[in-house]
Amino acid sequence: MTFYEVTFYVLAVVALLSAILVITCRNPVHSAIFLVLTLLSVALIFLQLQAEFMAAVQIIVYIGGIMVLFLFVIMLVNLDVAVRQAPYNRQRWIAGFAALVLLAEFTLFIYQGRDWAKLPPAAAEAVQPNTELIGRALFQNYILPFEVASLLLLVAMVGAVLMAKQR
Amino acid sequence: MVPTWHYLALAAALFTVGVIGVLTRRNIIIIFMSLELILNAVNINLIAFARHWGSVDGHIFAIFIITVAAAEAAVGLGILIAFFRNRDTVNADEIDLLKW
Amino acid sequence: MTTLLEILDQPLVLALIRVLIVFTALSLIVAYLVYAERKILAHIQVRLGPMRVGPHGLLQPIADGLKLLLKEDIIPEGADRAVFWLAPAITVLASFTAFSLIPFADNFYVTDVNVGLLFVIAISSLGVLGIILGGWASNSHYPLLGALRSTAQLVSYEVALSFALISAILLAGTLSMNGIVKAQLQQGVWFAFMQPVAFFILFVAAIAETNRNPFDLPEAESELVAGFHTEYSGFRFSLFFLAEYAAMVLVSSIAVTLFLGGWLRPFPNVEWLGFLRFAPVVVFGAAGTWCFLRFFRFPTGREWFWQRLMLFALGAGAAAAALGLLYPPVLVASQGAFWFLAKVFLFLYAFIWFRGTFPRYRFDQLMRLGWHFMIPLAIVNVIFCGVGLVLSWELGWNRSLSLLLASGATLLVAAWLARERS
Repeated sequence: MTFYEVTFYVLAVVALLSAILVITCRNPVHSAIFLVLTLLSVALIFLQLQAEFMAAVQIIVYIGGIMVLFLFVIMLVNLDVAVRQAPYNRQRWIAGFAALVLLAEFTLFIYQGRDWAKLPPAAAEAVQPNTELIGRALFQNYILPFEVASLLLLVAMVGAVLMAKQR
Repeated sequence: MVPTWHYLALAAALFTVGVIGVLTRRNIIIIFMSLELILNAVNINLIAFARHWGSVDGHIFAIFIITVAAAEAAVGLGILIAFFRNRDTVNADEIDLLKW
Repeated sequence: MTTLLEILDQPLVLALIRVLIVFTALSLIVAYLVYAERKILAHIQVRLGPMRVGPHGLLQPIADGLKLLLKEDIIPEGADRAVFWLAPAITVLASFTAFSLIPFADNFYVTDVNVGLLFVIAISSLGVLGIILGGWASNSHYPLLGALRSTAQLVSYEVALSFALISAILLAGTLSMNGIVKAQLQQGVWFAFMQPVAFFILFVAAIAETNRNPFDLPEAESELVAGFHTEYSGFRFSLFFLAEYAAMVLVSSIAVTLFLGGWLRPFPNVEWLGFLRFAPVVVFGAAGTWCFLRFFRFPTGREWFWQRLMLFALGAGAAAAALGLLYPPVLVASQGAFWFLAKVFLFLYAFIWFRGTFPRYRFDQLMRLGWHFMIPLAIVNVIFCGVGLVLSWELGWNRSLSLLLASGATLLVAAWLARERS
């Protein structure tokens, strides 16, 4: 196994384990820390997939932005009571069964696509120079979705301010 | 060289974990975090396919997903704060009044 | 049989050696930055500052470090132990890792990737997590309030900071840190002169990002005891302390790389200013001379013997360094690092100077300044910078002229914003 492969498997195990810890921790702050760990390993997996720009964006937006927002909100709402309550709801067995069915479906699909997966992947240089290619694609082919996304962010901003405002 | 389907398997597993979290937890904050897990699993898929086919279109869609995730987190946490202010709880199964 | 040279030839080993050098140099700089701050503040306030440990208190950082390491390690009652332990580690890791992307000289950097600047921003934005977790884990009110304030401030000013960086990227046309410096060499001008408004925004935002006076609200002693690290003591406190000063050096390095020409000497394209390359010799020579002068005017008693000896050794070391730098290959090799560090130290001096000069802002004033003035100004600046560049590309206007026009237009907007605010 090369260094490249080892990094992927280590990162995958870390991401999966901390993802499981995210949904099993009682304390939301611990969940948030494990979610940061998951996001960080996913960012490193992006890096390993030659997607430097996406890795940086993942860290800046998710960890530097969204997770800080999460922690901020956790500290604004008093959670001492919530930590002592039952963490799971009543439908947990049905939900767990449904999730297992979902996992079985995923397994089936990946198994069915096994021939396709043998196709040789593109050369490593195909998505380089990453930032320039993304910039061109974003501002030429995808300019309309890009503008719509900016509109979405504007609406979200107004909505968030309106929701959280003191009445 | 890691085969592409290993990335897909990782993404599927993360997605399932996220789904379990959304369906079974009571705390809305953790439900939101599970949603982020789900979105991230999709991102792994997109980036892995982009690497496989040698095209950056997957990266573009991942950027849009991150945008949507940011918007969702902002609005969702805003709703959460408003809810906490009115009902003094963050448990999803206690949101059972349609109007009052 | 592998020789030493063959081992050194491996890319990983070379990177490791560079990491070690950068880490050691950075720790030294940070330690002596604390000393310099105490000394400079003391002189601004007409005091002497630390004088006891070593000549002119030169060994004070070592004594302080030992004191912090040997102190009892207190974890408050009811604190979340794991998170309490993790928080300072995150902050230190974030501020030290980002240095791996800073080009200290033309050929001396740990790594230079094509999205370098983005990674610097990404890694340094992790530091916020340490602050907010540390404040929460202490299970105490002052740290929690300090952490909330600190996070609000950091997140707000990060927007203005990033927009200021964007205008430098627009000029350079690359995200690679070394590429940005080389673009300044190629265009023959530091970007601070092409984008003065962006430089100003970056400077103010950098002060806010590092929690320095006049924006040191997160640790305002009179209101919050010590902010998010109130409950921290001993080694963990020293980690936060280290991270804070390393962050100061980091933002100075970013500002120098993007706006003040990084490792370039002043006016890199002017031939007749070539004598500036002897500046390191002059600096070390002057330091050596000063040490020798002090040595002769030092009191001669027995109790001063060791301090005199140390001063003499310092003078001899500086003189030897000056002589060594006269050897041409060494002089050429030291150019980049010398100019880079000189500019960074200039920046750090400005930070300390501000601390000795300005009164602290109130928190609402700080937030209003950030959201109502800095962020709109930064956005307008990026837009006008883009317009100026398009004018020079499409209509063939003079590049410097159109950029200066853009800056002038931004200043008009700034004046309008300032009037609206008052």
